[in-house]
Amino acid sequence: MKKLILAAAVFAVSTGIAGAQTIRMGTEGAYPPYNFVNDNGEVDGFERELGDELCKRAGLTCEWVTNEWDSIIPNLVSGNYDTIMAGMSITPERDQVIDFTQEYIPGSPSAYVALSDNVDLKGGVITAQTSTIQASYVADSGATLVEFATADETIAAVRNGEADAVLADKDFLAPIVAESNGELKFVGDDVIIGGGVGMGLRESDSELKAKFNEAISSVKADGTLNAMIKKWFGDDAATF
Amino acid sequence: MFSYCSDPHTLEGARWLSCYLTTGKQMAFYASFATVLALLLVTAPVALLFGFGGAMAARSHFLPLRWFGRGYSAIVRGVPDIAFFLFFVIALDQGLEYIRHKIKCPDWDQPIRQGNDFVVCPQAKLPLSSSPQWVHEVYGFSLAVVTFAIVFGAFAANVLYGAMRAVPRAQIETAEAYGMTRRQTFWRILVPQMWIYALPGLSNLWMILIKATPLLFLLGIEDIVYWARELGGMKTSAFAYPHPDWRLWYFLALMVFYLTLTRVSEVFLGRLAARLTHGQATIGGERLRTAAR
Repeated sequence: MKKLILAAAVFAVSTGIAGAQTIRMGTEGAYPPYNFVNDNGEVDGFERELGDELCKRAGLTCEWVTNEWDSIIPNLVSGNYDTIMAGMSITPERDQVIDFTQEYIPGSPSAYVALSDNVDLKGGVITAQTSTIQASYVADSGATLVEFATADETIAAVRNGEADAVLADKDFLAPIVAESNGELKFVGDDVIIGGGVGMGLRESDSELKAKFNEAISSVKADGTLNAMIKKWFGDDAATF
Repeated sequence: MFSYCSDPHTLEGARWLSCYLTTGKQMAFYASFATVLALLLVTAPVALLFGFGGAMAARSHFLPLRWFGRGYSAIVRGVPDIAFFLFFVIALDQGLEYIRHKIKCPDWDQPIRQGNDFVVCPQAKLPLSSSPQWVHEVYGFSLAVVTFAIVFGAFAANVLYGAMRAVPRAQIETAEAYGMTRRQTFWRILVPQMWIYALPGLSNLWMILIKATPLLFLLGIEDIVYWARELGGMKTSAFAYPHPDWRLWYFLALMVFYLTLTRVSEVFLGRLAARLTHGQATIGGERLRTAAR
């Protein structure tokens, strides 16, 4: 009984602290339209808008910080920020190190983009961003994988001929292809890799995870999430 | 910034460019130049202090201190910078949080290491997660200064150790003949004369330090190279100012900046060398003496 009271007291104290605490939201800030740093130097994009809405519904004060994609999980785990919203697909490998909320973007296709149609996707040189599901897919496909730290550099590598094609999320590539004046084009079939995109949290942060799960359920239920997906990824994007 | 910038899509030519170059993001880029310069100006003296301490320790007659001094420069010089920056900074940060955790939350019942996670009580966080972003940035900057100072201090320790041994024995012998103690000899004879021997090595270190600042990004500080890559990257119409890949221009600007900085440093170091040579028992000092006659 004594233990129970103690546990309840500790819980009350810790929730009291959590209420006053600022949640630091980590993102990459270099993957439009998911997340990017806009011209005012602020984090912007689909995940910014969604994240702010989720924080509002969960009653949390949130602040955005950017971190390089490559070290985004180690910095979460060591406590530099509390969540990751960076277009990160939920995969079993990542799930071993961190926890994910339920998905807030349904599993969406990845696609190849190249300068011309006759590209050997199975044996050529394919580029992808480091530590992404696309990179491991290319490595398994038999093609030669060239990795870059940012998604922007993968596009540049295709443009200057360093790589034959790039594999990335179709939602990321679509505006780039559309605005390239026909220089870049989608080649081959879309590929479905991995599940949806979720918010990453420390495994020990189950309380915060529950709060965000609840908030995501609520934006899913009243259609806010679908409207946001359509706003940022176009009317053809997969919704819930 | 300018009144006509409210609708960037309608602008063209010089007006578009003037608006583009004054956006908040560009301002952050300009400010990062100041960050880099500040880091250099703060780190250089601190590293020199570390180096001086290391060299003194390495010369000590007290055995453990000598081991410490020699070990410091041997170990730190041997570890690759990038590994040092990734490992040491996280260890330092977690070490500080661990100590604060032990002091501030004595009755916290959960383990600090939970699998991969490093969890301390919210009051022990450094900086507190509720503190504004600039506090986080200053903290990151301080960590960077300490780390740079330790790394470059190790190299400086070796340079200064060598310089101290290069001061002619005759000078020390004269001091001893005047009845100076070891301490007096060190501060009055050895230290004032060693700088001319240390300067070539130290100026090398300064040049390397200038170029090492992009390592800042590993510590989460947004330095000029980060912003050049970020701003130069192709921008789709999700941004107010879409443009193709302009990294070449941004990196050209960085090249001009770095070359200017090294040129200014060279001029300054040249003058310093001339001043330190004055009255020294070296060829350079002798040349100055005969020229003045």
